[in-house]
Amino acid sequence: MATKKSGKEKNAKPVASGRKQRQKERQEPFVRPVTSHKRGSHKTKDKKLKATLKKLDNKYRDAVRSAAATEYLLPETSGYMEAETEMEKTFRVKQEEIKSNVDVSTANKALDLSLKEFGPYYTNYSRSGTHLLISGRKGHVASMDWRKGELRAELHLNESCYAATYLQNEQYFAIAQKKYTFIYDHEGVELHRMKQHIEARHLEFLPYHYLLATAGETGWLKYHDVSTGVLVSELRTKLGPTVSMKQNPWNAVMHLGHSNGTVTLWSPSMPQPLVKLLSGRGPINDLAVDRSGRYMVTVDTGKTMKIWDIRNFKELHVLENLPTPGMNVTISDTGVIGMGRGPQLILWKDALKTSREAKPCFGSMGGQKDRNTPYMTQLFGGNRINNMKFVPFEDILSVGHETGITHLIIPGAGEANYDAMEINPYETAKQRQEQEVRTLLNKLPADSITLDPNTLGTVSQQSSSIRLSAKQLHQVTLEKEEAIKKNADIPSVKPNVKGKNSGLRTYLRKRTQNVIDERKLRVQKQLAKEKEQRRRNNMIKSGEISADHKDIVDEALSRFS
Amino acid sequence: MKIKTIKRSSDDYVPVKSTQESQLPRNLNPELHPFERAREYTKALNATKLERMFAKPFIGQLGYGHRDGVYVIAKNYNNLNKLATGSGDGVIKYWNMSTREEYVSFKGHYGMVAGLCVTPQIQTLKNQNFMLSCGDDKTIKLWSINNDDFSNIKSDEELITSINGSGALIKTFYGDHAFQGIDHHRSNSTFVTGGAQIQLWDSQRSKPLSNLSWGADNITSVKFNQNELDIFASSGSDNSIVLYDIRTNSPTQKIVQTMRTNAICWNPMEAFNFVIANEDHNAYYYDMRNMSRALNVFKDHVSAVMDVDFSPTGDEIVTGSYDKTIRIYKTNQGHSREIYHTKRMQHVFQVKYSMDSKYIVSGSDDGNVRLWRSQAWERSNVKTTKERTKLEYDAKLKERYKFMPEIRRISRHRHVPKVIKKAQEIKNIELSSIKRREMNERRTRKNKEFVPERKKQIVGTVFKYDDKKHTKSNNENNDN
Repeated sequence: MATKKSGKEKNAKPVASGRKQRQKERQEPFVRPVTSHKRGSHKTKDKKLKATLKKLDNKYRDAVRSAAATEYLLPETSGYMEAETEMEKTFRVKQEEIKSNVDVSTANKALDLSLKEFGPYYTNYSRSGTHLLISGRKGHVASMDWRKGELRAELHLNESCYAATYLQNEQYFAIAQKKYTFIYDHEGVELHRMKQHIEARHLEFLPYHYLLATAGETGWLKYHDVSTGVLVSELRTKLGPTVSMKQNPWNAVMHLGHSNGTVTLWSPSMPQPLVKLLSGRGPINDLAVDRSGRYMVTVDTGKTMKIWDIRNFKELHVLENLPTPGMNVTISDTGVIGMGRGPQLILWKDALKTSREAKPCFGSMGGQKDRNTPYMTQLFGGNRINNMKFVPFEDILSVGHETGITHLIIPGAGEANYDAMEINPYETAKQRQEQEVRTLLNKLPADSITLDPNTLGTVSQQSSSIRLSAKQLHQVTLEKEEAIKKNADIPSVKPNVKGKNSGLRTYLRKRTQNVIDERKLRVQKQLAKEKEQRRRNNMIKSGEISADHKDIVDEALSRFS
Repeated sequence: MKIKTIKRSSDDYVPVKSTQESQLPRNLNPELHPFERAREYTKALNATKLERMFAKPFIGQLGYGHRDGVYVIAKNYNNLNKLATGSGDGVIKYWNMSTREEYVSFKGHYGMVAGLCVTPQIQTLKNQNFMLSCGDDKTIKLWSINNDDFSNIKSDEELITSINGSGALIKTFYGDHAFQGIDHHRSNSTFVTGGAQIQLWDSQRSKPLSNLSWGADNITSVKFNQNELDIFASSGSDNSIVLYDIRTNSPTQKIVQTMRTNAICWNPMEAFNFVIANEDHNAYYYDMRNMSRALNVFKDHVSAVMDVDFSPTGDEIVTGSYDKTIRIYKTNQGHSREIYHTKRMQHVFQVKYSMDSKYIVSGSDDGNVRLWRSQAWERSNVKTTKERTKLEYDAKLKERYKFMPEIRRISRHRHVPKVIKKAQEIKNIELSSIKRREMNERRTRKNKEFVPERKKQIVGTVFKYDDKKHTKSNNENNDN
């Protein structure tokens, strides 16, 4: 696929600039969003600063170049499935066919656990993908090293279980049960009953913040710090029971889907949602966010599927009038979208793009070219998908359904090259322990969760605009003084309105009675003036005095008031 | 249909033997590293906190110190771990810094030891080490310190009388005034002494070669340049600094400041720059080619600066002050990066960097010679590669995030004695009132000249500098 793409571009671009263009493309994924210093460096007069900034820029450019150059060193290549002739369609390929075509070790990974009694099953994986956590709705929970086939813990809880997640590593896992959420250790010993998390139906663990987020029937989103045991924040969504929840792995913002078709984005430090967007006509059945934090896919009961660009909150693609509403959706590391509709499962590749050709569609579209036909499909006859999860660093989609767990081989779905300094699927016990300590030391504070994870360490451009220069400050004080002189800061004198409706009276009434300040004195004075004018108006109306009547004595004395 | 999946064989990643290091493949794709900035910042914050936790600058004192205040310390430029100190009661001690014990201690002078220097190894006397001391008793004495083993010498008399023996008095020079300050030429056998006159001596002769005095006042300290070998500087009690060239056997420049200079130190990397310790609480950094202004002013002390010394790297200076503290400055910054003090340390009269720039030695009024780390958090033990890379990485992180408010606050925080804190407050009030007065004056007097901070301390120079740039800017101002 990759070779095909570059070939296409080679034809499009002139040959001379082709090399530079390719280099630029290669470096693009490593380019960080530019902060303000780059533009500022040309403005400053300070030579030393200019030199430092230039040095920094060069350093940064070097870093990008050398990071891009390491791509040659990556030991693994990602998988793919390609049609060789026009007549072949990848979505017609059956799992059996794939199994017979791939090597034995991969074929062995396609497990099929038949667990008929306690379904439907919920599957989840540890961050390294080595451990599988399953929980049946009727209380069957098991944690296992699925590659080695070693069972770590098996529990029969005799209670409804809705969601399960590993915490920082496979040593601990949390289960959302009928009423409370519980934490168990690797042997299945109950460690904590989290009594604040009532009727949770969705669990998400934020590994860099050590936060366990729960949401469910109560409509509250709760964040619990699992390293200190402190409930960090409780957020009331005010949108009824939460239907679906996923974390954005790029910025740790929680995406919640609600029954009125809205998706809300939350951070633990804000009592209101960061973003509220309407994504469907019915309840949001499921949503998924890709690992770069740019795209979100939602499916709702209104039979639509939407792909959002959550950098600018615009819809990329909308699929309306699906035959049946989508129930589950997930995105793999390489951007393969999987959508489950009851027994049916459809996967699309390369759909996270703006172009029209990227829009996912069903069937072969009459053999039309430039259409994003499904990458793969699967049917679980007489069954229903409960949840799906792409296994980290593997070409496997794990499907939890009514009668157990099934691993489907999806070539090209997984990230081939892991970073051992981040997550290591082959780590030893010692390395795991060290990694745990290291991540605890580098734990990020819960209130640092924002939409843009790179705000930290940048210069706040707002502050300089808030700060006033001496001249501006002088202007502001002058204006204030002027306003006081003209009594512009208190209600105006209105002799024509009825006495009780006077703004001045309301002002005095709302003020604390026994506090007398300069302003209040002015209001009182104005009020007296207003009353006097009103009295005069009344007298004119009743004909006691003429409109141009002047009380000489009063005028003479008024200068002393 | 072409089908391929990820084929990751665990044989490639899991080590065969337990002793083997496991493979740690990297993938630098930013998508695999979320929160990189926030995590880096957290690491920087942790590193800064650790730095403060490990900041234990005081190592210990040398031996049991002196009976009287330590007023002179002489570095041995050829040896990392040896040091000579002299005290107010005339006792000179030669120290082993690694064991923190003394090699030898003897009463060298009647009255105070006013100057001390360990002579460099010069061509004619290879592998021979000598020490020169001078005092209030009008004598200069040349001592041999060839041997580390002074154990056979039992008493001061024996030491002084045993001629040509190890650790002995070799020669006495008699002068006609009390001496103050002595320094030896880097490559030949001449040395200079301060006092009522400034005299040039040769260790082969018994009488001074010449008298370089310019003006009639006392010379309090002399210092040879270690790179431009024939140049030296002196400071006098008439608030002057004088530069001399012994090739022409004459002084070359003299500047007078508002207050007295206590010590001079040449930059070991930039031969033409030197720093002086001044009575007006500041240290000044001068370029000997243009002394119409200071290159930098080092502020922060709240009492007279008694001594100053350059780090052998040439980018840091250490100052000791009468306010009982030691401060370390970067030469390109105006305020100190570090302050050292102890409860028992009195007025600091001497501070010296060790020749590897890792330690600082201080001599104070209370008679103790203290050893400090120049980087308070650094440890000198042998480090594993892992440890070293971690430290280097942390240093880089701290540098990168040093302007973040939290990190800046933590890294700048120092416990300062109450007395100094109070004195700083008072000094700030005084300075701000002076500034205010000047501003007020300037408001009424339009032509009042603006004197930059780096020129304020200068009263005058003997040879004037053609300050083209300055006059030009003045003209421009006049045009406006």
